[in-house]
Amino acid sequence: MNDILQILIYGMVLGSVLSMGAIGVSMIFGILRFAHFAHGDFMTLGAYIGLTFIGVMGLSPWFALPAAMVGMAVVAVVIDQLLYRRIRRTQPVILLISSFGMALILRSLIQLIWGSENQTYASGIQFPWRLDVLGGLRIKPDHVWIVLISLGLVAGVHLFLTRTRMGKAMRAMSDNMDLALVSGIPAERVIIVTWIIGGALAAAAGVFLGIDTRLHPVMGWTTLLPVFAAAILGGIGRPYGAIVGGMIIGISMEMSTLFISAAYKPAVAFAIMVMMLIFRPQGIFKGTL
Amino acid sequence: MEFASLFAYLVSFLTFAGIYAVLAMGLNTQWGFTGQFNIGIAGFFAVGAYTSAILTTPESPAYLGGLGMPFLVGLVGATLASALIGLVIGRITAKLRTDYLAIATIGIAEMIRLFIKNEDWLTNGVRGIAGIERPFAGTPLDSPFGYLLVVVAFVVLVYFLLERAYASPWGRVLRAIRENEPATAAAGKSIARFRLQAFVLGAAIMGLGGGLYAHFFGFLSPEAFMPLYGTFLVWVMLIAGGSGNNRGAILGAVVVWGVWTLTELATDLLPTEYATQAAALRVLLIGVLLQVILVTRPQGILPEKPPKLIARKK
Repeated sequence: MNDILQILIYGMVLGSVLSMGAIGVSMIFGILRFAHFAHGDFMTLGAYIGLTFIGVMGLSPWFALPAAMVGMAVVAVVIDQLLYRRIRRTQPVILLISSFGMALILRSLIQLIWGSENQTYASGIQFPWRLDVLGGLRIKPDHVWIVLISLGLVAGVHLFLTRTRMGKAMRAMSDNMDLALVSGIPAERVIIVTWIIGGALAAAAGVFLGIDTRLHPVMGWTTLLPVFAAAILGGIGRPYGAIVGGMIIGISMEMSTLFISAAYKPAVAFAIMVMMLIFRPQGIFKGTL
Repeated sequence: MEFASLFAYLVSFLTFAGIYAVLAMGLNTQWGFTGQFNIGIAGFFAVGAYTSAILTTPESPAYLGGLGMPFLVGLVGATLASALIGLVIGRITAKLRTDYLAIATIGIAEMIRLFIKNEDWLTNGVRGIAGIERPFAGTPLDSPFGYLLVVVAFVVLVYFLLERAYASPWGRVLRAIRENEPATAAAGKSIARFRLQAFVLGAAIMGLGGGLYAHFFGFLSPEAFMPLYGTFLVWVMLIAGGSGNNRGAILGAVVVWGVWTLTELATDLLPTEYATQAAALRVLLIGVLLQVILVTRPQGILPEKPPKLIARKK
């Protein structure tokens, strides 16, 4: 029982990371109509931007988060304006190839700038809190913060999407592109805001992953498959679904270590995704297929 | 460089380019003809390579197989095994948008990599399979040059097969699906079935490419593939050469493999302590090359030329 609770906590931490990535993937898919394959490497780049910021300033790891989010939002908009905007007018699937190329460009840039070794935000061991009430359950303060901050960010995205004009415009474009365009929604501005949110949340995912484990140039790429699985599970183009999807995938992946080799964790995400594609491709929350 | 080593280098270069040409033509069937996205090329390639290796190597206690079958049986097995994987993944995604196929193929490639790495009983895990022999052992053709001829023969074979398919009514339906799906469906064609057929054919060709690689290199291990870069290079080859055009796929394979090899020669001049950076720099260059092509010349060096309409016989 204790083990299961412990693993549940790890699952929720992973789930928070995946949700942060999946919301961005889901929004980009909804508004720009393509699967953004560079999203994993956005996460990685965000994590490294945070690392440099706290390294230069000599701050605690948590300061990496805002720096990474702001930095990555800017990078995402720059990439869109320099590259994706030029090919947006052709088929969306060309953007898919381009983003796949962008994934490799970003990763090699990260290797060139920061090297290929593992890096960490803070050295030393963090002592977990022991909860004797729950039979000696151990909880790391970092893990609590990761889950709480993700919930806060999700609430922020929710308020933005439901309470602001821009948020409404984004939902409208995701629901029915043509109708949104003829009713005078400024498409270019909506797209830029999409990249700002997507980039910032990807950076948050990267920083969380870096705090929980370590920084490595392929950390984001290896997380991309579960992120896509979470987005599909929740229903693509549905940010709220992405959170549910992220949590389900994250918890399932960690729980699976009770039964099968940990090497096959990504296979669990893949299996859930394939089941979903067979039986309910529109996702739990009926996304825009 | 002396003549002999230059010749050996050229033979090895062309053999690699030929194997990549087979892969690029496989991708052309999926992407160029039908507009289906596959980012799991390395997965199909690995399945082909390992199938052929297991079928043809002498018996070994370390892993399954070692059936000692002839070269051609290995290649047929490679083609079939890869086609089977393509059938499974194609069946799941045939009715969905191609973005889902892209995500599914990246997943299947990752699963195949994990499987090869962790299932020692089948693939000997990270230690890899060694001693895969070239065909025609004991004849004058058992040389790198002889193997180049074999690869070229397969490139020509696949080329003519695909050219025939492209010009046939079947190929016409594929292009129609790519250009206008609703119209093709309205004409009474089963979109999902044609897509699946094209995907499986492409996967089979990629498996063949994997088999050819296994017998060329003689040794397989999970890390020998550079999975992602392999997939990426094939994509750049097809896009650069001209998607939809088989001659473009072959030309792209030679040109991009040439560029890739030249960047290796260039980065070899750097001091050895920069070795990892040099590898990253090469990928960066190829990545930028892809973006430049996509922005400035998306149709590639040799744009697609659909066959002329033949006048109906009176």
